[in-house]
Amino acid sequence: MSLALQTFSSVKDANAALQAAGTRYLGGGTLVVRAANEGDVSVSRLVRVTDPGLSQIAVSGGKIRLGASVTMAAIARHPELAALAPAARAVGGPAIRNMATVGGNLFAPAPYGDFAVALLALDATVVTEDGELPIETFLAGRDTSRAVVTAVSLSMPKTESFRFLKISRVKPKGISVLSIAALMQRTADGTVTSARIALGCMADRPMRAKAAERALLGCKLTPEEIAPALAAAGEGISPITDPIASAWYRAEVLPVHLGRLLLA
Amino acid sequence: MELRKDYFADVRKDGLNEIGQPRPRLDSPGHVTGKTAYFADRNFPGMLHLKMVRSPHHHARIRSIDTAEAEKHPGVVKVLTARDVPHNVYTILILIQIGPEDETVLADGKVRWKGEAVVAVLAETERAAQEAATKVKVDYEVLPAVFDMEEALKPGAPLVNEYHGQNYYLYDSGECRKVRFGDVEAGFAQADHILEQTYQSSPIEHAPTETTGCVVAPEGNDRFTCYTNTQAMFFTLDNTSIILQMPGSKLHFVGGTVGGGFGGKVDVIVEPIAILGAKLTGRPVCFIYSREEEMQISSPRAAEKVVIKDGVMKDGRIVARKVTGYTDAGAYSRHSPYGAQKGAAHYPGPYTIPNVWIDTYCVYTNRTPSSAMRGFGVTIGDFALEVQMDKLARLIGMDPLEFRFINAYRDGDMKAHRQPTEGAALIECMQEASRAANWPVAEKYMAMSSYRKGA
Amino acid sequence: MAKVPVQFTLNGSEKAEFIESGTTLLHALRDKIGDMSPKGACHQGTCGACSVIIDGELRLSCLTLAETCNGAAIRTTAGLAEGGVLHPLQRAFLDAFATQCGFCTPGMIMAAKVLLDRTPNPSREAVVEALSGNICRCTGYEPIIQAVLTAARANSQNAA
Repeated sequence: MSLALQTFSSVKDANAALQAAGTRYLGGGTLVVRAANEGDVSVSRLVRVTDPGLSQIAVSGGKIRLGASVTMAAIARHPELAALAPAARAVGGPAIRNMATVGGNLFAPAPYGDFAVALLALDATVVTEDGELPIETFLAGRDTSRAVVTAVSLSMPKTESFRFLKISRVKPKGISVLSIAALMQRTADGTVTSARIALGCMADRPMRAKAAERALLGCKLTPEEIAPALAAAGEGISPITDPIASAWYRAEVLPVHLGRLLLA
Repeated sequence: MELRKDYFADVRKDGLNEIGQPRPRLDSPGHVTGKTAYFADRNFPGMLHLKMVRSPHHHARIRSIDTAEAEKHPGVVKVLTARDVPHNVYTILILIQIGPEDETVLADGKVRWKGEAVVAVLAETERAAQEAATKVKVDYEVLPAVFDMEEALKPGAPLVNEYHGQNYYLYDSGECRKVRFGDVEAGFAQADHILEQTYQSSPIEHAPTETTGCVVAPEGNDRFTCYTNTQAMFFTLDNTSIILQMPGSKLHFVGGTVGGGFGGKVDVIVEPIAILGAKLTGRPVCFIYSREEEMQISSPRAAEKVVIKDGVMKDGRIVARKVTGYTDAGAYSRHSPYGAQKGAAHYPGPYTIPNVWIDTYCVYTNRTPSSAMRGFGVTIGDFALEVQMDKLARLIGMDPLEFRFINAYRDGDMKAHRQPTEGAALIECMQEASRAANWPVAEKYMAMSSYRKGA
Repeated sequence: MAKVPVQFTLNGSEKAEFIESGTTLLHALRDKIGDMSPKGACHQGTCGACSVIIDGELRLSCLTLAETCNGAAIRTTAGLAEGGVLHPLQRAFLDAFATQCGFCTPGMIMAAKVLLDRTPNPSREAVVEALSGNICRCTGYEPIIQAVLTAARANSQNAA
């Protein structure tokens, strides 16, 4: 069986075609074509959708809707998406960013998927023809998800409340040692009233640092007051081991980098 | 570029036409226009793609190989196993009489490292070859493996390579290469301080941008043209001639254009099996490593362990040096017996030491076979030696550069392996480095010369 | 195997081929059309050696299926010199000793071209960023960065 591509104009038709065994959805190609190139013969058919709606970015009323085919480059250069730009620019090099999509990033296994880490911290909603799911629920079930993701929607974060950090060994572009995204609301005196922290490379997919989130409530972002949150950062993590770093190393440096992000 | 004419003024010639002049690279116009022809830029109608079925185990006995399903797979033209290879057991340094032959082109009865080539699949497309490769059934009996050199040298360790009979290379000098000069124990007895340190390195992959590979085209007259990115053209041709039992006149190697080698594209790995495939099918064949194969399968620089024990006087003289070096060859020799031997000659460093004792071992483990890479056998040794020199200088409270002036070899000094030093120029290099790095040393060192001691 | 038609322009000239469905643009360019300037070095999107410009954007031809390029305008390093005269980037790479083995060079030049097309006078940081998806194992990057900056200066002098 060779690899074959089927092109549909509607998501509905693509969803039907995706039910066949050995079929995967082709977004930007950075995951599935790579797999095929590397000898993954489990994929024999690729499906894509040409609906231009999938590539649209809509920003209105404090809400952002990113079509699933929107690329990292499109987000990085969009004048109204400055808050998301650092996370979009963290993905790959310029060519990859011209190809890699929002939808694809949701499926990227660690150490990839830095943008999905940001979306998890931002509590995005993942849209398919079957309905809408909170990103956390979607990520947990992504291995068996068979419906094409059509869009991701989220509330526009205030620039000062959202922080993103990717650590890699090569500058300016490198694969993640880890990535961290944090959405925090603070009172006028700087006390944290809510915190949502997402981690990349701390499991096979983005995960939340819930213990650290709890420990931050009521804290000011000072070295002394965030210490309990840093101590709790590793709760529940199961970092990946790959040629970039061992699980042990990733676990060791996580609190260091979380501290830098919070104190920045 | 500045040429310093005050050094060696009496032996140098001036009026140089090329040295010191910028000259364009001859190959650059091809590179910047995309016209340079690398081996993979040759394309032939009907070319087959070769994919290798590799061992998933570090050490295992092969009970059986079943290629029936793979052979039936659509697009598959030929499946090769050990019995198809005319002279399957080989070693590349046999060309300079360094045996025994210890490696198989395709595994025969046993695999000794994870990734070892077992079965070659030739198909019309890359995809068909990949699919068929998954259908080759190999029944393995997993054996205990050893990954650490010192573990491998212990009695009772799993035997990695039966062609050697023990887990080290047996030199004509015995279990290791040896250098014996002066009386090292007397030197240590005389020393004011003794410093023994251990240095270790991991394997290092060259990671060339262009992966290892070749394209072979039958010429129609039982002669085969092999476009290859080997860095060792005639070495590869001669070894291929042995492995395939074909006269060299039947082998036409075309190469010289290499997309990054760094000394790593010198193992005879892809050419023999690709030429064999072309011979048995009558079709052009390409065998190109994937990126994963380049990183995991191609030979890295060997892991090394170096134990250095030095005796040093308060005045800065090193009076005794004892070095034990271990080179991790992985499962097969390739260039490693030579690398370990180079280390033996190198460990005294560019220093004149009256009492030297060196043992270097080439050790077999169930790791990816290591081989050549830029300065293999000496690069890790240099790292160890110069870190050791800094530590010695610190130990006796001496400036590290002045410490090296005291011990630097100069013309006429006898080296530990009994070659008199000639054309050393080390003193002058350090003098210039002292100036360039703004790291001043005492005037007496700036007045020294490689020619005359005490000058 | 099912063949599908693809049609695009390559360096300004019309190309039409029947290819096997699922063929990457890299293979289509190299094996079908014979433009060997994009190189296959990792096939995973890591090294940038296969970089081409599709409709003005830098893309990796190893991860792009040829069928998705119908109607596109594709540019490669092989089509950069005009009438035998090297493009300023090619000239600068030559003069700055920015090639050694040369395997990364066509991809590097594509990445640099996209940068200079949009940003004629880039900062050093912008050059580093633009080349960050392209791996060179020989030069240590510095001569390449200098070549791109030199080409940018040459461009702006010509424009002035």
